[in-house]
Amino acid sequence: MARALINVPAKARKGEIVEIKTMLQHPMETGFRPGPDGRLYPRDIVKRFVCTYDGETVFSADLFPAISANPFLSFTTRATASGVLTFSWTDDKDQTQVQTARIEVE
Amino acid sequence: MTRARPMHALSALARAALLCAPLLCASGAAAQIAPQARKSGAAFMSPQTQAMQADDSSNPGMLAALEGESLWGQKAGAANLACADCHQNAETSMKGAAARHPRFDEGAGKPVDLQGQVNSCRQTRQQAQPFPYESRELLALVAYVGLQSRGLPVAPPDDPRLAPFVENGRALFHRRIGQLNFACAQCHDENWGRRLGSALIPQGHANAYPIYRLEWQDMGSLQRRLRNCMNGVRAEPYSLGSLEFIELELYLAERAKGMPVETPGVRP
Ligand code: HEC
Ligand code: HEC
Repeated sequence: MARALINVPAKARKGEIVEIKTMLQHPMETGFRPGPDGRLYPRDIVKRFVCTYDGETVFSADLFPAISANPFLSFTTRATASGVLTFSWTDDKDQTQVQTARIEVE
Repeated sequence: MTRARPMHALSALARAALLCAPLLCASGAAAQIAPQARKSGAAFMSPQTQAMQADDSSNPGMLAALEGESLWGQKAGAANLACADCHQNAETSMKGAAARHPRFDEGAGKPVDLQGQVNSCRQTRQQAQPFPYESRELLALVAYVGLQSRGLPVAPPDDPRLAPFVENGRALFHRRIGQLNFACAQCHDENWGRRLGSALIPQGHANAYPIYRLEWQDMGSLQRRLRNCMNGVRAEPYSLGSLEFIELELYLAERAKGMPVETPGVRP
């Protein structure tokens, strides 16, 4: 399993807009890059990212080959209630990596 | 060196060599940078890249350090031991370790750098195959051990056995090499802050290595960086792990003595 860096404030006030930052360890191989033998490295990218907050999607993105290795995504959401944010990254092989973070809302 | 329109760094360099060769020949021994005038390579980056390095949730080098943390706890080799079995918690046992490398290795009778030390523990203590240079695992462990020195001053050991190697490193730094006939010192002592094509020439300090380089889209060691500089002047680069590189690393550590360790750095 690849590593991910996730930054979610541990605490927030109700109604506050919080910034969330995520980065997944991934080569994001474009499929256009030749190896030493001249043959292209097969494409291997993360194509979809979804963040849900207590089950509801608050941010999602489709990713394409021009995106750098270790894709970094940062976005904001409104802190509504204490709960769990779930992050999922789906790659070209349709494998999904899921990670979670808790936020306490006062 | 050149302030013309943007152009490929190499051709800019070839032109600079033609234009400035007599001038550079005239200048004698390179003036060393005064301690208070020293600047980390990070100071020569765009504010965006600086911000990327400064924030642990956007610094891709932290992914390597995380990977190193998990390797630290994994048993390996015929001895079936993890780094953690001998060194316990890296946050305490490895504090300052990166800052004092390269150091003198009694057993080998010559200096060893941090990646050499990690591989030596891997071979002799874990009885496992050493990691290849520039492998993910080696870079990850070195980044993780290096992170434990972040903020501490670069502290090359005051060890008389190292002196001849440091001297060799100093000589290599001042020796002209390659088809373009440039010494490290001509760029990093005499022309830092000026442009080489689109790149700003930094002072060439090694206090942030291993780094995540955006151009590489990956982590890389100091030796990989030095090979780039050597290729740039069309010199045949020393091989990874060679004594020449370790001597250069020793001299670079002397040059950067007292500057804070920034591992893992981000570079453009
Ligand atoms: C022709 C000029 C030139 C020469 C000669 C040269 N370098 Fe460099 N060096 C550069 C440039 C330019 C960079 C930064 C490249 C970039 O940011 O893309 C650099 C980067 C570095 C760095 C990384 C600094 C950092 O903060 O990441 C080190 C260390 C270094 N050089 C050491 C050396 C050594 C040792 C030699 C001699 C073997 C050498 N260089 C020869 C131009 C040169
Ligand atoms: C069987 C015990 C053992 C294991 C396992 C081991 N080491 Fe070591 N390590 C030592 C000893 C003993 C020393 C100090 C003596 C020497 O080798 O110079 C040392 C020294 C070091 C140093 C230098 C520390 C300093 O303060 O300068 C580093 C870095 C290091 N080890 C990293 C590692 C890593 C990374 C691993 C796992 C891949 C590892 N070691 C596995 C026993 C071990």
